[in-house]
Amino acid sequence: MKNEFQVIADLIEKDKKVLDVGCADGTLMKFLKDNKNINIRGLEISKEKVQECIAKGLTVIEGNAEKDLKQFPDKSFDYVVLSQTLQAFLNPELVLDELLRVGKKAIVTIPNFGYWKVRFHLLFKGTMPITKTLPDEWYNTPNLHMCTIKDFFYFVKSKDIKIFKSLALNNLNSSIINESNLGVKNLFADLGIFLIEK
Amino acid sequence: MNTEKNIKTLIVKKLLKLDCGKTIKDFPIAYETYGSLNSKKDNAILVFHALTGDQFVTGINPVTNKEGWWSYAVGPDKAIDTNKYFVICSNVIGGCMGSYGPSHKDPDQKIFGTNFPVITINDMVNAQYNLLDHFGIDKLFSITGGSMGGMQVLQFISNFPDKSRTVIPIATTSSHSAQNIAFNELGRQAITADSNWRDGNYTSNNTNPGKGLAVARMAAHITYLSKKGLQEKFGRKLQEREDLKFGFDADFQIESYLRYQGSVFVDRFDANSYLYITRAMDYFDLAKQFNGNLSEAFINTNAKFFIISFTSDWLYPTQENKDIVIALNSIGADVGFVEIESDKGHDSFLLDVPDFLSALKNFLDKSYEEN
Repeated sequence: MKNEFQVIADLIEKDKKVLDVGCADGTLMKFLKDNKNINIRGLEISKEKVQECIAKGLTVIEGNAEKDLKQFPDKSFDYVVLSQTLQAFLNPELVLDELLRVGKKAIVTIPNFGYWKVRFHLLFKGTMPITKTLPDEWYNTPNLHMCTIKDFFYFVKSKDIKIFKSLALNNLNSSIINESNLGVKNLFADLGIFLIEK
Repeated sequence: MNTEKNIKTLIVKKLLKLDCGKTIKDFPIAYETYGSLNSKKDNAILVFHALTGDQFVTGINPVTNKEGWWSYAVGPDKAIDTNKYFVICSNVIGGCMGSYGPSHKDPDQKIFGTNFPVITINDMVNAQYNLLDHFGIDKLFSITGGSMGGMQVLQFISNFPDKSRTVIPIATTSSHSAQNIAFNELGRQAITADSNWRDGNYTSNNTNPGKGLAVARMAAHITYLSKKGLQEKFGRKLQEREDLKFGFDADFQIESYLRYQGSVFVDRFDANSYLYITRAMDYFDLAKQFNGNLSEAFINTNAKFFIISFTSDWLYPTQENKDIVIALNSIGADVGFVEIESDKGHDSFLLDVPDFLSALKNFLDKSYEEN
């Protein structure tokens, strides 16, 4: 399991009810179910991935976060997880609002467009950056709204969303982000992980 | 319609009050089982059949000598694995494969015909519930069925919320739509317009409204297929002829196919049963039973739901299946949902659709392991 999922799992206490939005093949769900006794549900758009989840014995709903989150009642999950998908929605602000309505807390991870390798790529090569977390070409990327850790940090603050914990992930190392080290973390982390609440 | 041999029957002694207000008792429910019930009695799956199905789910149907209606899904090592699970299926009341229906005799030894009480999906499942007592099963492992079978699944878990661990409604709806009712009415009109129907008393008049019933079946059969599926299978292909004949014989293969489907159906199905069962489907509106709030139907159950629809099913489309998912999610129920890609229309649940069969198998087997 990738390090990002380990960091997310560490943020969630045992025996909670969790919704994994864009749960893909259910790797994180399975880990949470088996290791933390989490009552876990997934929402996934891809039919193939849904089948993989069912084969793992996971409860998953085929659907689209932009349309299908509205069926869940307010605060019906302890945590709602959204891993590296926010930037791919047509309206990320609306999805973020929905995550925070459905979940008591939300865990959102974003690939950091402020990462030095991304900046370096654009500055010196002059072409759209391709990195480990941003593997696609400009013409076939699902990402519509790329942002940096700094962008997201200020965005949630402007919406009066409470940040419980924000972590910068670089390969295997995770470290706390705060207002004073934001510039540095924004340069050296390829992924930001935010535990938030509204 | 049915030959008495090879049909297992449970005579229900208890009174059953029907939705129409009438009460029935000492009535037969014809059933069949596959696999064996384990000592813990925790491996039973109750399968509900669709409009024209019967209790003979798989293997060779001893009455028609044809394959059972769900042979692709049920059997040893299949999605519903009879090496593992004990499968029970019964003929719905109102039907014509041995359960109490319009071809049976009333207490005065007169064939009921249209004097048989109008029954509902609710009446069907209340009647079938007696099978649990018969087998000494406290809690089923699963209930499943497609189309009208799915309606019975929804009604059953609503009526008996703690009687099944898992619940699998397939290609179904919680409320029959105007379009669904319209197609059923077309079928009923075809039957009653046949002069041999004789106000439902065709048996005592030695007639059979076969033509009307065949037309009903032909019209319904079209609704079970998709436009794309029909086009790919038949297109404008001609039936055993080089050119059009400029007449009203079956020039096209699709015409010949429908005529064949109609004619074989008449041999195995009772016209009055067709009226009664389609009526039961039309009356089905689970939300209405709970003042318009479908979620209330499931509020008392902790069962795990898995809902399956098919992309090309326009009779019970994905959205109507998703409405059930939405109702369950709004009360925090444990519900999974998948829409299977298939161009085989509503009939997909009866056919060899590998994604469907593997999803069904995985859900059942994984859920059973979790016990």
